[in-house]
Amino acid sequence: MADFENGFWSIYIAVITVVSIVACAVLLKMNSKRPGAVELGEHVWDESLREWNNPLPRWWSGLFYITLVFAVVYLVVYPGLGAFQGQFGWSSKVQYEAEMDKAKAEYGPIFTRYQGQDVKLVAADPEARAMGERLFLTYCAQCHGADARGAKGFPNLTDQDWLYGGAPDHVKASIAEGRNGVMPPMAHLGAEGAKDVAHYVRSLSGLTADNARVARGKDMFQANCAACHGPDGKGNIAIGAPNLTDKVWLYGSAEATIIEGVMKGRNNKMPAHKEFLGDDKVHLLAAYVYGLSMSQSAAK
Amino acid sequence: MAQSGHEFIERNVAWLIVLCILVVSVGGLVEIVPLFFQKSTTQPVTGVKPYEPVRLVGRDIYLREGCYNCHSQMIRPFRAETERYGHYSVAGEFVYDHPFQWGSKRTGPDLARVGGRYSDDWHRIHLLNPRDVVPESNMPAYRWLDRPVGGVDVRARMRALKLAGVPYSDQDIEAAPKALEGVTELDALVAYLQGLGTAIKTVR
Repeated sequence: MADFENGFWSIYIAVITVVSIVACAVLLKMNSKRPGAVELGEHVWDESLREWNNPLPRWWSGLFYITLVFAVVYLVVYPGLGAFQGQFGWSSKVQYEAEMDKAKAEYGPIFTRYQGQDVKLVAADPEARAMGERLFLTYCAQCHGADARGAKGFPNLTDQDWLYGGAPDHVKASIAEGRNGVMPPMAHLGAEGAKDVAHYVRSLSGLTADNARVARGKDMFQANCAACHGPDGKGNIAIGAPNLTDKVWLYGSAEATIIEGVMKGRNNKMPAHKEFLGDDKVHLLAAYVYGLSMSQSAAK
Repeated sequence: MAQSGHEFIERNVAWLIVLCILVVSVGGLVEIVPLFFQKSTTQPVTGVKPYEPVRLVGRDIYLREGCYNCHSQMIRPFRAETERYGHYSVAGEFVYDHPFQWGSKRTGPDLARVGGRYSDDWHRIHLLNPRDVVPESNMPAYRWLDRPVGGVDVRARMRALKLAGVPYSDQDIEAAPKALEGVTELDALVAYLQGLGTAIKTVR
């Protein structure tokens, strides 16, 4: 891309390039002269050694001439002489766009076909699932894992538990717009209070807990946590507040982990992918992710 | 016998030096010098701003830890790259990088547009131990990063960059150390990574 501040630089490049090529040709010509008898140089080393002033070998100067011809052809065909774009207007941008157009013509109809279909239908299509898997491994596996089972703080996508809802539209919105789940820190509960709440939360999903603490924690839960997690602890998919009564734990069910979450809060962000991936890929990915948990339930 | 041209050059060292320099410099004069007078290489892309102090310190940590040995920051204009990483890199994105971190080795993925691709938490976990989030990763764990940034004269850095043409104002430089209060190396590096390549957001 030649967008010089003024026209001088284009001429500057062109002139130096052409002069260099001509100079090379002249120099080559000068050194290829075959003057008949080969001269002996005048310099004498070690009493009797003298140097023949041989011209360049023909095969060697021949190769050099070929490089000069190549340079001229190149500069006619490709950009190089200042702002001159070359005879065929080649640029890496044009080549890239041609590559993209070709791919769009080839794959676009496939994406378009699936985009017109319902997510549930796409999720059942083997070809779409294969495509979705490739997309998932490229764009999603870094956080959710190659097996989509997630990690601490990164949701498992193969189970039946959904922070923001598992309906096709919910999944699609999660991918396209991203999600940001914020649990505010509840440090005002104090270390003992947090421990009580943790015991109550553990009791909700049937984990071992201290009865006295559960009783105390229940009141604190209703006052501090129920607004988001619900009075029964079943969570709220509108804001991504987890269901605390099931066996699924985003960060872990250990008492210390729950206390850490209560005291420091949690801030969990899923980046938005609409701009980066485009609607067609988001649709296929949503179907793939939706299908992941469907196939799990079918297996059960 | 008359002295031949090349015999003259070989016997006059000063001429030999001058002519050698002339020949060697042609490539640079034609291919490098004009880039300093070309808009696409000297003017920032809309949205590209000089590094704020925290990101600047994060960038220095990126250099210190040798991240460029395994990560490039240069998306080439090929479909195979733009599909994975996003829009290809353009020169105007790097005008405040001294030196740029394009790199040439991809043991790990390209990072030119890693900004916003993952959450801050992901980066923290991943930098401290990559295996916690990507079990198959062979990136080293940088466990020592969770410590305060210390011993950095960020003002001197910014003044040096100003000499190289980055438009920091005197107030920017004066206020810089304050921005680093309570910041860990991990914070700084994550801030740097989260800003990479975010000026161009179009779908590929």
